Amino acid sequence: MLLASVEYARPRSVDEALSLLAANPNGRALAGGQTLVNVLKARIAAAELLVDLNDISELREIRETDEGLEVGPMVTYTQLARAEEVHRGRPILGEVAAQIADVQVRNRGTVGGNVCSSDPTNHLPPVLVALGATMKVAGASGTRTVPAEEFFLGVYMTAVGSGELLTGISIPRREGGDGFASVTIGVDGTCIVNAAASANGGVRVALGCVSATPVLVEVASADEESVRAAVGAAELDPPSDIHAPAEYRRQLARVVATRAARQASEAA
Amino acid sequence: MSEPVAQKTIGVTVNGTTYEREVEARRLLVHFIRDDLDLTGTHVGCDTGNCGACSVIVDGTLLKSCMMLAIQADGALIETVEGLGADGDLHRLQETFGEHHALQCGYCTPGMLMSAKALLDENPEPTEREIRRAIQGNICRCTGYVNIVEAIAAAAEAGT
Repeated sequence: MLLASVEYARPRSVDEALSLLAANPNGRALAGGQTLVNVLKARIAAAELLVDLNDISELREIRETDEGLEVGPMVTYTQLARAEEVHRGRPILGEVAAQIADVQVRNRGTVGGNVCSSDPTNHLPPVLVALGATMKVAGASGTRTVPAEEFFLGVYMTAVGSGELLTGISIPRREGGDGFASVTIGVDGTCIVNAAASANGGVRVALGCVSATPVLVEVASADEESVRAAVGAAELDPPSDIHAPAEYRRQLARVVATRAARQASEAA
Repeated sequence: MSEPVAQKTIGVTVNGTTYEREVEARRLLVHFIRDDLDLTGTHVGCDTGNCGACSVIVDGTLLKSCMMLAIQADGALIETVEGLGADGDLHRLQETFGEHHALQCGYCTPGMLMSAKALLDENPEPTEREIRRAIQGNICRCTGYVNIVEAIAAAAEAGT
């Protein structure tokens, strides 16, 4: 398959990338390309201009701050899985990154691409919601911050609007423990259902693959009965597809939520 | 300021040889390697990023060349299967793949070899699990993988 004709630019700074995107409403930011290039091949998406972010080094950094971790959107899954700062600060991020797809995809795929594509089966959206991350979105009028739970708006839709760019993800300092569980199609394959949890007294559980965007369930206690009851009370309405009927997903949601919450409370 | 372009003359070094070619922005790296440089060892299998037949090493990083644009590789050092060895002077992975019957039709083999090379470059003494994880992105429809895993383990054992 071939891409339709497209223009290409490779800015060296965020400002330059923003002015390129502002100048062309049909421009798209190109991160790792592990989704976008395939989508362009399949002609599901059309772009007149690809703004390649790979030369903007400031977007590739992982930094430790007093508040926690600052993760650049161009950080790859491989980088996230190996970073000492992540092991020290919020190890669940590295553990999850290491189970996305395969070596080649992890080498190119980025954190920003994973969240901005807002595919409901992706790993990182529920993780960032459970961890209470904050997203920095830059545009012509400056930078605003959006809590992760308000960032995901729908399938393939996020708070990053036309002419805007995700420029950073702030992960709060770990106070308790975190967990992640999933049922996948094959080892490290696409998720059928996943759940991320962060425990600190109570537990925040974010469920993926059961709705267009992650579903956040807050539970006062991380014990199995409470988590199961809270997921049941969320009245999930997951989709049916070739991999799992809705009822099976609803059942799996309770199972993976329990596993993630248990891992989180044991790590707390 | 980086101006948008629809095509550009890029320079890449593939297996030690430098090439300059004009490419359209939309050209995939795998098509550039195969059709513009005539290095047809790198295969197109699925064309959707699933099979790994197009795996190459770009600036030391293993990737699937059907999910990268050629224009993005401007200035890069690229390793393809042609750089591993030649008749009479095979890479040890190529030797052990033959000895262990790690291929039947051979379509996946160039990508499989590049994934194995990337693994051994970084981890010369991998466990079986590490080998299996390293070739997770490469699909083989003939062998059932057992012989491929054995061939990579044998190459690791043989050392450099």
